[in-house]
Amino acid sequence: MNKRLVAAFAAAALSTTLLAGCGSSDDGGDGDKAESGPVSLTYWAWAPGLDKVAAIWNAGPGKEAGITVTVKKQASGDDLVTKIITASKAHKAPDLVQAEFQALPTLVSNDVLADISGQAGDTKKDFAEGVWQQVTLGSDAVYAIPQDTGPLMFYYRQDLFTKYGLSVPTTWDEFAATARALKKKDPKKALTTFSATDPGLFAGLSQQAGAKWWTTGGDKWNVAIDDAASTKVADFWGGLVEEGAIDNQPMYTPAWNKALNTGTQIAWVSAVWAPGVLTTAAPDTKGKWAMAPLPQWTAGDQVTGSWGGSTTGVSNDSTHKDAAVEFATWLNTDPEAVAALVKNGGIYPAATAAQTGDALAQAPEFFANQPDFYTKAAEIAKTTAPGAWGPNVNVAYSAFKDAFGKAAQDKAGFGPALGTVQSTTVADMKKQGFPVAE
Amino acid sequence: MPPSPTAARRTRRLAPYGFLVPAVVLFAATFALPIGYALYLSFRKIEVKGLGLGRGARGETWAGLSNYASVLSDTELLHGAARILGYGAIVVPVMLGLALLFALMLDARRTRLRGFSRLAIFLPYAVPGVVAALLWGFLYLPSLSPVHYALGALGLPEPDLLNGGALFGALANVAVWGGTGFNMIVIYTSLRAVPAEIYEAARIDGCSELQIALRVKIPTVAPALVLTFFFSMIATFQVFGEPMTLKGMTNSISTTWSPLMKVYQDAFVRGDLHSAAATSVVIAVVTLVLSFGFLRAANSRTRQEAS
Repeated sequence: MNKRLVAAFAAAALSTTLLAGCGSSDDGGDGDKAESGPVSLTYWAWAPGLDKVAAIWNAGPGKEAGITVTVKKQASGDDLVTKIITASKAHKAPDLVQAEFQALPTLVSNDVLADISGQAGDTKKDFAEGVWQQVTLGSDAVYAIPQDTGPLMFYYRQDLFTKYGLSVPTTWDEFAATARALKKKDPKKALTTFSATDPGLFAGLSQQAGAKWWTTGGDKWNVAIDDAASTKVADFWGGLVEEGAIDNQPMYTPAWNKALNTGTQIAWVSAVWAPGVLTTAAPDTKGKWAMAPLPQWTAGDQVTGSWGGSTTGVSNDSTHKDAAVEFATWLNTDPEAVAALVKNGGIYPAATAAQTGDALAQAPEFFANQPDFYTKAAEIAKTTAPGAWGPNVNVAYSAFKDAFGKAAQDKAGFGPALGTVQSTTVADMKKQGFPVAE
Repeated sequence: MPPSPTAARRTRRLAPYGFLVPAVVLFAATFALPIGYALYLSFRKIEVKGLGLGRGARGETWAGLSNYASVLSDTELLHGAARILGYGAIVVPVMLGLALLFALMLDARRTRLRGFSRLAIFLPYAVPGVVAALLWGFLYLPSLSPVHYALGALGLPEPDLLNGGALFGALANVAVWGGTGFNMIVIYTSLRAVPAEIYEAARIDGCSELQIALRVKIPTVAPALVLTFFFSMIATFQVFGEPMTLKGMTNSISTTWSPLMKVYQDAFVRGDLHSAAATSVVIAVVTLVLSFGFLRAANSRTRQEAS
């Protein structure tokens, strides 16, 4: 027998024993009801300026309670989800984590997030029902405290709309007509682009149309990514790309920044956090944009979807869950904390009281020309359709990027691409052993 | 008291093992153990119970060969392999051809500014792959590229380099730009090691510089060419950074464009370490078989020629 092979087998055997050793280690957690002495918590997050908000806690309420919080910027969005799951497998997850709404089922399924319903049940009253439902996953448990939401809105270049004689679309039909009218007036310009690299935006648009991608019925999951509502949205955008009425290149690229900054693209369907992105992507257009409600499928309706939005969760590895929940509740509901989050992080708070509070009295600097920005935003936020997320959003999103990327490039219509996302997602769930209803 | 003859013999017999210990420990800890762990992972899988939510919803169990079965029947992986074959078919010949040409030109007697040219050709190799990909990405994007601007100003058609067949050329170009210098240095070094007498003899026999290059220099640096080909093959199998960096700029690079990108996607986006481990093992085996198979074939040929 080959010597190398022998070595490999020996190593494999050795690593097996090592692993067995890992498995028997203590779970940590649960027995932490009686807290005494100073507690220090670690918080993995990416929202800008969170460290400053934690400093307010550490100097004030935290000092009184003997709880110190350290913010660590590890990664953001989906990357952080992966990182936390890995850390959790080694039983080394931080006490607190920032997680987007759509990541919650994945984190819960991987046993990362603790059920904090015992400590945070009362917090429910501070949030809108649709928002709270997303942190309970429709169960009696509570897996996180909502932090911010991302209701979808329509952003447009006020000056260029006037120049080309366009009016702000209130329905998707008008939106399509506006896109065609602009192409006719100046073929080099586009109203916007369909970005295949941003599945979160498409998910939000489907949500507005009434889609519920993941639901549970009895002890089975229902996956409906290619339901009638989502198909309608896919066909709409696919049609616009196919006829060339809008661009088909991805967002968040240097080319996209330039298109926004030079006015080659004159509108953007985005969320309430868009001013922050425009500030860095299109600095020359300050004060030239305006925000309006998202176009509707039926004239007179008032519904929107969401893109992003995040929560603060407590990990199962935390040995100080009570303290962690205390901080998470303060962070997302205390007026001073929320005001600091808005100021330093530019987020749109999820707590209902904060949406009409002093924190949002002033419009974002980039939108100084629209002083009632946040009043309008609060009205729109109230109309957000609830999200319905499942345990493998990551798989659906990457399938989306590949299938829609190809369809957008070939200008081939998006129906089949949506079908691919559905079948890939269901196949992955079945492979992992989730019961899926046919 | 001097050690007894048997003790001395035993020490002498054990000594080689003592010398081997550091190497063996390092090999085991940094090489064999991780490979063994990857193999172990590849035979395991995650199983979900119930709705898969809450505590204890996931457990790890033996998977047997099921991970390998799904890797080998995965058409996306095959497509990825086909894509990098197409990519390698451009990169390897162009890069090695240029490297050989530059090495021969630097070695020619009349070449001036030899040191400067060598450095200039080598310099891109010092640029990190991700930076190189970003740099070229900016040059490829039609609305940002000065090349497109110039073409547009002259009224010439502006090519779309990040889509369709041109994408392969665009990606290959980044690798050629970055890798030619390194390969040139390897070939050039082996050219400098050729004794001058051989050239003298060739010249006395009436060889022109071109004939010397074709008939003397290239055959004598054949081992270096084999080596650089070997390295380039492995680098092609492992292409990851460039397409990963350019992915965000175009719809045409999928998240599983190259086999290694699929491994990354499985492990760190889908969170399925087990199928990622199985795919890695398959890629490693294929790389080993192909690259060492090539080396063996090439060596046996050179040996035949020598005898």
